Amino acid sequence: MAQGINRLLDGLLEWALDWSVADDSALGYVLAALVHIFLLVNLIAVGALLFIWLERKVSGRIQDRLGPTRVGGKFGWLQTLADGIKLLTKEDLMPQGADKFLFKLAPYMSFCASLAAFMAIPFAGGTYPFVALHLNVAVFFILAVLGLEVFGVILAGYSSASKWSLFGAMREAAQVVSYEVPLGMCAVVPVLLAGSMDLVVIGDKQAGAFWNWYLFHDPFTFITFWVYLTCAIASVNRAPFDLAEAESELVAGFHTEYSGLRWSFFFMAEYGSMLAVSLLASILFLGGWHGPIPVASSLGLTFENGFWFGIAANVLGTLNVLFKGVLGVTVMMWVRWTLPRLRIDQVITTCLKYCVPIAAVGFLGATLWQYQWPNGMIFDTRAENFNVAELWTQEPVPFVEANPPDDTAGRALPVAEVARLQSLPRTDSEFLRIPLPQD
Amino acid sequence: MEPIYWPSFLFLLFSALACAFAIAVVVSTNIVRMALYLVMSLAATAGLFFLAGADFVGAMQILIYVGGTLVLLVFGVMLTSQERFISMKTSQGELLTAGLVGASLFALLVWAAWSVPEWRGLSREEVAAIPVEPTATPIGMGLLGARVDSVNASGYLLIFEIVSVHLLVVLIGAAYLARAKRKRSVIVE
Amino acid sequence: MMPVLLAELLPLTEPPGVRHFLVVGAVLFVCGALCMATKRNAIGVLLGIELVLNGANLNFIAFGSPYLRNDAGTLGLDGQLMSLFVIVLAAAEAAVALAIALNFYNSFNTIDVDQADQLQG
Repeated sequence: MAQGINRLLDGLLEWALDWSVADDSALGYVLAALVHIFLLVNLIAVGALLFIWLERKVSGRIQDRLGPTRVGGKFGWLQTLADGIKLLTKEDLMPQGADKFLFKLAPYMSFCASLAAFMAIPFAGGTYPFVALHLNVAVFFILAVLGLEVFGVILAGYSSASKWSLFGAMREAAQVVSYEVPLGMCAVVPVLLAGSMDLVVIGDKQAGAFWNWYLFHDPFTFITFWVYLTCAIASVNRAPFDLAEAESELVAGFHTEYSGLRWSFFFMAEYGSMLAVSLLASILFLGGWHGPIPVASSLGLTFENGFWFGIAANVLGTLNVLFKGVLGVTVMMWVRWTLPRLRIDQVITTCLKYCVPIAAVGFLGATLWQYQWPNGMIFDTRAENFNVAELWTQEPVPFVEANPPDDTAGRALPVAEVARLQSLPRTDSEFLRIPLPQD
Repeated sequence: MEPIYWPSFLFLLFSALACAFAIAVVVSTNIVRMALYLVMSLAATAGLFFLAGADFVGAMQILIYVGGTLVLLVFGVMLTSQERFISMKTSQGELLTAGLVGASLFALLVWAAWSVPEWRGLSREEVAAIPVEPTATPIGMGLLGARVDSVNASGYLLIFEIVSVHLLVVLIGAAYLARAKRKRSVIVE
Repeated sequence: MMPVLLAELLPLTEPPGVRHFLVVGAVLFVCGALCMATKRNAIGVLLGIELVLNGANLNFIAFGSPYLRNDAGTLGLDGQLMSLFVIVLAAAEAAVALAIALNFYNSFNTIDVDQADQLQG
């Protein structure tokens, strides 16, 4: 996406100011990065606004009352804005024995970790995917960065110079770190099915109708999706796993001593993380930007037909994936206001005695299923599928014959060799078929 | 002046961050600040890994080192500094000796690194001609014993299995060592 | 003269080479060694160990990177694989060392390594 914006901005500058900018000039990339960050920060901020209102409405309805109805018309949708203005005008407190620098730093660390996860999540795929950072190891990167949010929590708890904050922070850190294990195991199952950690590839392999979704690929993946949902709820510290920030337990846990805008940063980080894991679930298991029925491709809106048709399809896909993400967050809210809270030892027990074994069984089962029936439950007509079975049907060749010693050691690669290497296909599953230099 | 090569600029940025925070770890006296500076230094090192083309290892560094090991160390810091912060300072003589030895070691390492002619950099055109290859799949295949990147290289399957068993042993050992004891005796000096 | 010297030392217009990565690795290593030598807090010593291992990791990655050197002496993927195992083993060793430090704290009620002198003499 950076190159597209770069070219657009270069063209704009040339048209407006008659500058001719070099193709790899840094200015375009910096401006493209700023555009990406602007979009993502707005997504998190507006998302938080929407989710706080949604939470109050959903919780109200579950508790048989109406929720906010006054600010901004009949549905109270400006309530969060009013809350935000109230938070801005609150007094900025700091406890007396607090470590000032760490106290101020902690909310920003949480928010940065949450924002960094959004950089690698694609909102639409195809030839020109709508993603800020098109990484080859996107799933891995997102899991790694979501695990960094725990530092903000620990620093907040420690620097508040209060016993309750420290206990809450330690419990929350222990919970998040424990649940990273089954979360990682569950996230690896779609990676296994798609053959790549690139989220754009995983999303695009679920193109077509809803029976191509990895959720319906095999029963083990179905189980894995529900375990993923449980671990995602636990790793963003939502009820029923929210002992660390529960009001009836530890005053308010690690953010007891925070007030005003600093407190709202923690909440933006929490809702941002909820949206991030929900978007990740929708891309990994629920088809991402491909809807239950293939609307865009049946209308002829693909990149093969034309650039702007593809962009239209991508915009539809973005709306689709955002809708699925918001649906996931709504399910999390529904679970929160329905189920009672778990004790901390019950939380850790759930992780180590239930989620980890079920995730491991799901992973093993999906591996065996993929080996035996690579095309999934229902026959699909797509040509490329990461297929392990092919490897095992090859005739065994003696090692020396398959790997003759090469005498190119000590010499730099000739230009023809470099050209040959550059002409090789770049996708991951093609690595199995690299020809040897002697061919 | 030649145009700035932006990967070099990013290299300087990340290495300045890594070195500055590493020096801050040595200089600081508050253990919590030291742990925080180490987190920043390791995150900057992960950025250096990405710049050298090791994207998988960089992601592993963030996931395991920063997200796991350092959380563990910060837990340890919290658990062992419950009472008031006794500032444990080293004597000046020790600091001076350590500083001299450290500086001489650093000079030796830098002289060794700078004096090998094969370790200079490439030119821009040579770097631009190198194909960008993702490293996740070759590393994965290598860990399973099949090296797909070069012909005369060996797989890492045995090491993978040994490390897995090693981690299991360490898990059990650390859980046993850190179990809750019955009483806590206080040694009076 | 100064700009020429700086341009020679710092790779601002040219791509960095192995030597630049090795210098950064050396800084991390020496800082870690100083930490291990001078800190009295046991957790401080552990932080030094982590810095040392990171300096070594940077060296491995630098030698195994195809963008930094072009001759056949590059380690290739071996450098990255070795680095991977160093990261894993460092995590394991930090866990055990932390368990030992916690035991020490529970027994002696202090985390100062200078107080660990019962086996002296």
